Amino acid sequence: MIRSMKSLRVAAAVAGVAALSLTAACGSSSSNGSSSGASAFCGKNLAFIGALTGDAGALGQNMVNGINLALKGYNAKNTSCKIGLKTFDSQGDPTKAPALATQIINDSTIFGLVGPGFSGESLATGKTFFQAGLPSISPSATNVTITKSGWTTWHRVIGNDDAQGNADAKYLTGTAGCKKVFAVDDGQDYSVGLDKTVQSALGSALAGTDKISVGQTDMSAVVTKTKAAGADCFFYGGYYTEAGLLKKALTQGGFKGTFMSGDGAEDPNFVKVAGAQAANGAVLSAPAGPAPSGFGATGLYATQAYDATNIFLAAVKAGVGTEQKLNDYINSYTGTGASGPIAFDSKGDIKQSKIYAYFVKNGVLDVNNPTAIS
Amino acid sequence: MDLGALFGSYDNFLSFTIGGLVFGAIYALVALGYTMVYGVLQLINFAHSEVFMFGTFAVAWVFVALHGTSSAQWSLGRSIPILLVALVAAMCLSAVVALLLERIAYRPLIKKNAPKLIALISAIGASFALSEGMGLRDKFAQWFGLDHKLANYVSPGKARDVYSNPVSILPHHLFSIGGYSVTDVDLTIIVAAVLMMVVLDQLVLRTRFGRGIRAVAQDPESAALMGVNSTRVVQLTFLLGGLMAGAAATLYMVKIGTTKQDAGFTLGVKAFTAAVMGGIGNLRGALLGGLLLGVMESWGAAVFGDQWRDVTAFVLLVLILLVRPSGILGEALGKARA
Repeated sequence: MIRSMKSLRVAAAVAGVAALSLTAACGSSSSNGSSSGASAFCGKNLAFIGALTGDAGALGQNMVNGINLALKGYNAKNTSCKIGLKTFDSQGDPTKAPALATQIINDSTIFGLVGPGFSGESLATGKTFFQAGLPSISPSATNVTITKSGWTTWHRVIGNDDAQGNADAKYLTGTAGCKKVFAVDDGQDYSVGLDKTVQSALGSALAGTDKISVGQTDMSAVVTKTKAAGADCFFYGGYYTEAGLLKKALTQGGFKGTFMSGDGAEDPNFVKVAGAQAANGAVLSAPAGPAPSGFGATGLYATQAYDATNIFLAAVKAGVGTEQKLNDYINSYTGTGASGPIAFDSKGDIKQSKIYAYFVKNGVLDVNNPTAIS
Repeated sequence: MDLGALFGSYDNFLSFTIGGLVFGAIYALVALGYTMVYGVLQLINFAHSEVFMFGTFAVAWVFVALHGTSSAQWSLGRSIPILLVALVAAMCLSAVVALLLERIAYRPLIKKNAPKLIALISAIGASFALSEGMGLRDKFAQWFGLDHKLANYVSPGKARDVYSNPVSILPHHLFSIGGYSVTDVDLTIIVAAVLMMVVLDQLVLRTRFGRGIRAVAQDPESAALMGVNSTRVVQLTFLLGGLMAGAAATLYMVKIGTTKQDAGFTLGVKAFTAAVMGGIGNLRGALLGGLLLGVMESWGAAVFGDQWRDVTAFVLLVLILLVRPSGILGEALGKARA
């Protein structure tokens, strides 16, 4: 009995996946929204996949808070068509995400995905979700190659690393007046992508490059090289721990130029690691602005997750009832979310991405007053 | 490859070398713990990296307790009063962790004459338990309802994230060697490490305790017959290793200022490597191995790029072991001079 039930379920799941991939393969010319009336998604769930525990757990929690805020508002108004949330904790690890992705596509109560949280896990799971035809909107994965893979069900409501890298390079050579920039990254997907864009956009202003590794604490060699290259500015692609240690070592080593890094370093911990005085003057860019005043969820990416969820909810409200129509709905969606105007290009990237520069002043990362740099 | 980066200018060459020496000194102090325990028990105490990690947290905790959480930047001189308290606290905490390790993870196994492999697995297990336990310190506090009272120490919800000393110690330029600005922090680290090594070396060579350690290292059974209490000697070995790890942790926090529940891992591997490079079981070998490894890493980073620093260091280790399989100074603790 049990065995037959199991095999039945597996067969159904396989058939479902096959059917979905067939529909996903078909064109995307049908109209959105279609008929009004209750969506077939009523009572079903959105899924979230990302880091909820582990080193980057705080970021995933921010996203879930944003999602829950959107769901709470929606469910209070639409008691006859409630939507739930199922969270899947990948710890941000690309090796853990694929198993969870399989769980998600085999769960018939899930009709859409907010996530994946990071670039590595997005690359590891993109094909699975695409083949299953499950529409997804990531609040935070910014690696450029994801949207170049032809996964038409994959979207993001955040500017990608190309947009950020170009804006950063423009800021360095323009506003900061850098003549020679030394660029370093930590070798991870996100970091290399961002750093490469900055390097090529800098052109002749690039004075030298280096790579460090995650968990490295001795930055003395990088400092010596930076000074030997005669650099007047420093760019780092990576996360806040190493960014903080680099800034500290550079400042202590007598480097007086502008230090810039991307959204991976845009965290109050950057200041703690570098030390308040040493962190002063650092410029940290991010494709996300501060939340509008009175917004009910705090933290980086909460507004993006809120916006992503609201796109799904708008589709449900419009009566969309199949995953293919949902995908079409997202592709042609235009609206203004908490993070700004939202519309997607043919690859699933957001059309209008805003990049902001955050500054460390008086020993504090000023998260409320960034300058738009693109 | 860029040999010019290293050898192109005398100033850069000195910068890379001294930068490497500073970290090498910290490696050497941690390496002592590995080498002493190996010398006495022929056991690789893989949990020693966690002994070090607990020391780094003790330093940050002392600063939070005595200074508060407001961010500050002090000179080395101004931080010395708190730093001395932190040094004592780190040495004590590290020593306590090391002794507990000996009592819980090793002594029962040694008593039952378990194979060395079992003790090694026990060491790896203890290492994970200690590291993850530190990452869950907010949960432990929660059990007692203390997580909010102790929020500055256990960082509720963010216990696995980086934990920083609120006081960042600003190095002060002392003098220049060929264009490299030698700071008080760098000098303190190197001098303190060498000094502690000398003291420990003399302790092992000249005191009764030291003679006991050497006796057990040479021949545990004969030593027992001569009336040496081998359990006591093993305890003393762990104690000394823990004290040195606590001192290393203090120096590390002076230089880096930031720690994490897995901060010991990479450093532990490096320190163990330094011990093997110098000749495991040999105290002077640990110092030589540590300094050499630090310099080699820095040179490797200079010539091949920073991501090659570990490759350079470990290729060098293999080459050294091919020529001298027992390490550079390659004698056991028991056969040490005098």
